[in-house]
Amino acid sequence: MYLVALKMLFGDQSKYMMLVSGMAFATLLMAQQSALFCGLMSWTYSPLVNISASIWVADSKVEQVNENKPMRDTDADRIRSVDGVAWAAPLYQGIVVARDPTNSNFKFITLVGLDATTLAGAPGRIVQGTLDDLRRPGTAIIDEFAVERFSEGRDQPIGVGDLLEINDNQVEVVGICDVQRPFIGGPFVYTTYDRAVSTYAYKSRKMLTFVLAEPAAGLSPTDVARRIEAGTGLKAFTREEFRWSTIRWFFRNTGIPMVMGITVFIGLVVGMAISAQTFYSFVLENTRFLGALKAMGTPTPVLCKMLLFQSVAVGLIGYGIGIGITVAFGRMALSTRQIPYAMPWQVPAIVLGIVLLISSVAALGGILRIARLEPAIVFRA
Amino acid sequence: MSIVTRDAVQMRGVDKYFGEGDARTHVLKTTDFDAPLGELVMLVGPSGCGKTTLLSVLAGTLNADGGQVSVFGERIDQMKAAALTRFRAQNIGFIFQQFNLIPTLTAAENVSVPLLIQGKSNAVALKRAGDVLERVGLGHKAGERPSKLSGGQQQRVAIARALVHEPRLLICDEPTSALDRENGTLVMQLLRDVARSADRTVIIVTHDSRIYRYADRMAEMEDGRVFRTLDSAVAIAAEHSGHG
Repeated sequence: MYLVALKMLFGDQSKYMMLVSGMAFATLLMAQQSALFCGLMSWTYSPLVNISASIWVADSKVEQVNENKPMRDTDADRIRSVDGVAWAAPLYQGIVVARDPTNSNFKFITLVGLDATTLAGAPGRIVQGTLDDLRRPGTAIIDEFAVERFSEGRDQPIGVGDLLEINDNQVEVVGICDVQRPFIGGPFVYTTYDRAVSTYAYKSRKMLTFVLAEPAAGLSPTDVARRIEAGTGLKAFTREEFRWSTIRWFFRNTGIPMVMGITVFIGLVVGMAISAQTFYSFVLENTRFLGALKAMGTPTPVLCKMLLFQSVAVGLIGYGIGIGITVAFGRMALSTRQIPYAMPWQVPAIVLGIVLLISSVAALGGILRIARLEPAIVFRA
Repeated sequence: MSIVTRDAVQMRGVDKYFGEGDARTHVLKTTDFDAPLGELVMLVGPSGCGKTTLLSVLAGTLNADGGQVSVFGERIDQMKAAALTRFRAQNIGFIFQQFNLIPTLTAAENVSVPLLIQGKSNAVALKRAGDVLERVGLGHKAGERPSKLSGGQQQRVAIARALVHEPRLLICDEPTSALDRENGTLVMQLLRDVARSADRTVIIVTHDSRIYRYADRMAEMEDGRVFRTLDSAVAIAAEHSGHG
């Protein structure tokens, strides 16, 4: 009987196309907006992705990784003295202005100062130059986004050996790295901690943004983070804790989740409205045939399951098309590197759940009608 | 409860009302009706006299408000809904005035539906549907959709659908009203052949006086009651000679 149900559905091509289009559009709207939202959120914690460390220590008031509430330089030593800390290295992170001296093109950048001895937190993937050259005086490593931004108006793209001015001080580009784009500020530019705080960054009484730390062998980052907090009064996050704290901060303090959430909700409502209305109209048009099936002895639960099967079938087909378009959009977005896009498995899974919910609700109207339908209707002309 | 009888259908004192309050209408008025095995019984009468309601009640698609309805000895008025649905699926074949063939299925697929309802596999159902379509002379149209068939061909497909699961009772609602004389004759010959089987009964509601001559028995209804039954072809022919 389910085959009969499918043939009834596929045979009515206009309704079928309308139902599939509605489901595909709803899926696209929900999945794409969710993927953009996840992409945007992943940009908010990009320093955590780009700077590798198990434990991040910050001022006790810091809630997210883009905040800059400096600590005293001596705090790095205090952290090193906490039992269970294998090593700790200072990190500067701040927004400054950088200028291309060849054309006076200036951009905001996120300046990252790494501990010169260990280069702890250095970018993982250097695509041009070498990390060790960062130890040479007056040098910096820029990311590919910086190449893109500073190459505007130049004959040749900026590269290794070219010069930039940061806070009126000349630096030589000795490497290009591939890192995740930031949510705020401009491209990432890496130098050493000492040069960052003494030369390139804007001056303030305290300059230490974060201290990166690793737990001693056999200890968990969470345990050591709690020990650091207890021993220093500073705030210590594991990487996961800092990621979620950052995401929570953006949820509380920006309208992004609300805006994206509204769009996802609109997708749900539009999908439900189109599907429910179209499916109900499909059931109405087929009432005579469904009544005939009922008169011929098809049990009501079987008829109801047939309707649910039809609705879920169009839901799944529409879902497949919608996710396909979302993935195609994602590939395009990722290739441009301009659009935030991330699709963790939870996005298609949750959207699938919502699509099945829409399908069930869409089928409900028809099911209620068919459940109440008297088979004797078939004898009325 | 089972009743031993040679009647396929036996209705006693059946009442049926529609509507509520002032709009309540007494459609079947404590009426009786019998349809013996192996006969083609026609139910005739003016529009609005309750023929279709009586047909619906004896087919088990509408509940009576009073009286007894037995089909093949089973009291269907006492059956629960699920049991009645199973009973219809196994024992009753339907032929509708508007055919009610599902337009997106082929003729063979339409004919196979009663077998699918009984839980037969698709392959078995289609094979049997093809055989029955051959019997009604439409084997070559098995793959066609209803929209590609003439009215007469569609009604023959509907007859094949009604017969495919070999029901003992065939219920026909105005089976020839949408057909021309030639196709009407063809359909009635098929139905008469079906009724020749000793354990099968065909009940036809009709206004079409052209087909009265095919009846073995004719029950006449007026104002919610079967008021007269003519039980021989000769009597029917004599009574309705003016009609054709």
